[in-house]
Amino acid sequence: MFEITVNNRIIDAKPEETILSAVKRAGINIPTLCHMDDFLPSGACRICCVEVEGMPGLVPSCSYPVQEGMNIITNSPRVIKARKTVIELLLANHPDDCLYCVRNGNCQLQNLADQYGIRERRFVGKHKTRNTVDCTSPAIVRDQSKCILCGKCVRVCEEIQNVSAIDFVGRGSSTVIAPAFNQGLNISSCIYCGQCIMVCPTGALRENSFTKQVTDALNNPKKIVVVQHAPAISVSIAEEFGIEPGTDVNGKMVTALRRMGFDRVFDTSFSADLTIMEEASELIQRIQSGGKLPLMTSCSPGWIKYVEQFYPGFLENISTCKSPQQMLGAIIKTYFAKKEGIDPENIFSVSVMPCTAKKFEAARPGMGRDQVPDIDATISTRELARMIKTYGIDFGSLPEDKADTPFGIRSSAGKLFGGTGGVMEAAVRTAYHMLTGSELKSLQIEEVRGVKGIKEAKLNINGLELGIAVVNGVGNAQQLLEQIKSGRKDLHFIEVMTCPGGCIAGGGQPRNTDIEKIKVRLKSLYSIDKSEKLRTSHKNKAVQQLYKEFLGEPLSHKSHELLHTNYTKRDVLI
Amino acid sequence: MEEHIYKKIFSKYRGSKRDSLIPLLQEIQHELGFLSKDSVARVGGLLNLPTSKIYGVATFYNQFRFQPYGKYHIQVCRGTACHVKGSANVLSALEAMLNIKAGETTRDGMFSIEVVACIGACGLAPVISINGEFHANLVPSDIEKIIGSYKNRKTLEE
Ligand code: SF4
Ligand code: SF4
Ligand code: SF4
Ligand code: FES
Repeated sequence: MFEITVNNRIIDAKPEETILSAVKRAGINIPTLCHMDDFLPSGACRICCVEVEGMPGLVPSCSYPVQEGMNIITNSPRVIKARKTVIELLLANHPDDCLYCVRNGNCQLQNLADQYGIRERRFVGKHKTRNTVDCTSPAIVRDQSKCILCGKCVRVCEEIQNVSAIDFVGRGSSTVIAPAFNQGLNISSCIYCGQCIMVCPTGALRENSFTKQVTDALNNPKKIVVVQHAPAISVSIAEEFGIEPGTDVNGKMVTALRRMGFDRVFDTSFSADLTIMEEASELIQRIQSGGKLPLMTSCSPGWIKYVEQFYPGFLENISTCKSPQQMLGAIIKTYFAKKEGIDPENIFSVSVMPCTAKKFEAARPGMGRDQVPDIDATISTRELARMIKTYGIDFGSLPEDKADTPFGIRSSAGKLFGGTGGVMEAAVRTAYHMLTGSELKSLQIEEVRGVKGIKEAKLNINGLELGIAVVNGVGNAQQLLEQIKSGRKDLHFIEVMTCPGGCIAGGGQPRNTDIEKIKVRLKSLYSIDKSEKLRTSHKNKAVQQLYKEFLGEPLSHKSHELLHTNYTKRDVLI
Repeated sequence: MEEHIYKKIFSKYRGSKRDSLIPLLQEIQHELGFLSKDSVARVGGLLNLPTSKIYGVATFYNQFRFQPYGKYHIQVCRGTACHVKGSANVLSALEAMLNIKAGETTRDGMFSIEVVACIGACGLAPVISINGEFHANLVPSDIEKIIGSYKNRKTLEE
C-alpha cells in the first residue's frame, strides 16, 4: 500500500492496481462504458479519463496503473469537458429513441447524458439505418443503431463463454458488431446465453420479448393460462422492485401472478425434482450397465447447443432428460389436461425463466406433440417484472400466497437447481438413496457449492467411488471436455450450467454483473435449503403421486415418451 | 478442383499461427476470386480461429470480397483525380441503382462493384470500367443508361 492524492484527498492505493480501482474504493465515482471487472482493460471508450499531475494529456483511469505520490483530479473542468465530448460523439449517430427503448431508465448512455447535462445534439453523424435490427433468433434481438461499440459483448462471448459468435465487422464509422458474414444470429454459433445482454450498456442487445403473447392469452377467455416459474426467479426478481437483493419473494410473486390472471401457478422446482428422479436413475443405469460416461446434465439449453456445435462427439454423454421447463410443459399438456378435462389446445403454457436460451429450447423440435407446443411462451425475469409493473401491481406490499397443487410442491433440492452445483447436489442426494436405500448423513455437499468455475469431488457410495464435476460458465467446460477426450476416466457425472454462477446469473435476470450480488442470490437458495424439511427430490409426495398415477416409474416407457429427448450435430459456422 | 486449391495453399501453412491469417486469405482470394463461407470455415479450422474473428479481420480491409464477381464487374475509380471530379457521387448512384454496396454482388449475379485506387486514366475522370470497358467523364445521371445497356445485352444474349 502507498498513498496517492485524489481530488486533494489522500487515499490508499495498492501497487499494480489501476487508478479506477483505487479511486472507487475511496467512494469516488468515475464513469465507465467499456470497462469490465476482472478483464484486461480495452481502453475503447475514454469516458473514464482523469487528469494526472505532470501528464500532458488526460489518462484513461481504467487502464492506467497508480504510482506512489500520484496527484489525480477526477472532476476538473478539463475532465468534465472531455467526458462531455465523448458522450456527445457517441450520441452523434445514436437514434433519439429513448422513449421506445427497452433500456429507457436503466441505460448507461442515457444516464451519462443526464449526469453530464447534455441538452442538445452538438454533432450530427451518419446514422446507421441499413438492416440494423436482427430479430432472427428466438432468444436475442440485436439493434446495431444503438450500439456504441464498447466491445463488451464480444469479450464476454469470447473470453467467458468461449463461443465467439460475434465480433467487430468492418471499420471506421461503418463498424458494427455481427456474426460471421453478417448472418442472422439464428444461423450463427450463438448459444443464446444472453450474457452479452447483461453487459451491454445500451439497448443494442435485448431479449426477444413474448410479453404480448402472454398478455393476449390472459385476455382470451377461451384459454386456460398456466404459468411455471424457475427456481432462480424468486431469489432475484426482488431487485427489479428495489427490494434488498437476495430476498426470497416467492409468496409475493405467486400473488402477483394470480392477480395478473394466470389460472394456475406452478413451480418449475417441482419438475426439477422430477428431472432428478429421471436423471439419477439414468446415471445409475449407465454406471451399472456400462453405458456412456461421464453423464452430462441437459437442463441448460445453451450448453446443449454448445455441444451440438463444438463437441458433437460428446452428444451421447448428454443426459436424455428434458429440462425441468420442458418436463413440466409436457406434463401440463398431457396428464394435467386430461385430469382437468381440458383440450391441450386450449391451454396456454407460460414459463418464467432466468434465461434467454430457454426461449430457444421451447422452440426445439420434439418439444410438443400433435402440432401443440409444450411451452407456448417463455418470458425472462425482466419481462415478468415489466409485466407486473404494467398491471399496476405494487409488488412490495403484496401478501404472500402458495403455488397451486400438485405442481407447486417441491423439495429444496429442486430449488437448488437455480444455482451452480444445485443439480449435482440434488442428484447425488437421490442417487445415494436409490443405491443404498438410506439417506446421506449430511445432505449438504460443500464441494459443489460456491461460484468457482470448475468444482470437483469424489464421493464414496457403498464402495463406488463416484467422480463428479460441476462447471459454470460454458467456456470452462472446454478444459474438462479436452481432458476427457485425451483419456481422463475418473468422472461419472458432470453438471454444466451455461452462465457463470448458474441460472441465478442467467441472461434473463435483473441486470447485475457484480459477482457479489450474484453470490447473494446463491446464498438465498442455500438458506432456503437449510431451513426446509423436504430436502430430497425422491421424498416429494407430488412427484411420487405422478409416478403412481401416470408415469409408472423413472425411465418407464411413458417417461421416455414425454420426459426424454435427443440431440443432433448442428452445422453452423463456428 | 477447389479441394485441390485448398490443399495446395494449406500445405504451405500447416502449423501456422494467427499471424498468417492475412496472407492465407489473400492467397485463397487470389485463387478462388472471393472468400466464401466455406473458405473462412476451413481457415478457421486450420488456424484454430472462430469464423466471426476471421470475418471481422477480413472486413477491416477493403481488399477482401465475400461474394463472387458478377457477370459484369464494375470497377469504380476513387483515385485523386476522379475524387476531385465527383466519383463519390458516381459510386453512390451505382450503389443506389443496383441496391448493393461496393464489394457486393447483385442477387441475380449480374453486377458487382469494386472500388479501386487509380485506374491510371485520370484524363477521363471520373471513370468506371465494366469488364475492362471504360466509361469516362461520368455524372451520376449517366449511370442509369450505362447499366441499362448492360442489362439489355443480357436480354439480347438470352
Ligand atoms: S440505448 Fe439508451 S440512449 Fe439509446 S435509445 Fe435506448 S435508452 Fe436511449
Ligand atoms: S447470447 Fe451468448 S453466445 Fe450469443 S452472442 Fe451473446 S454471449 Fe455470445
Ligand atoms: S452491442 Fe452493446 S455491448 Fe456490444 S459493443 Fe454494442 S453497446 Fe457494447
Ligand atoms: S472505461 Fe476506460 S476506456 Fe472505457
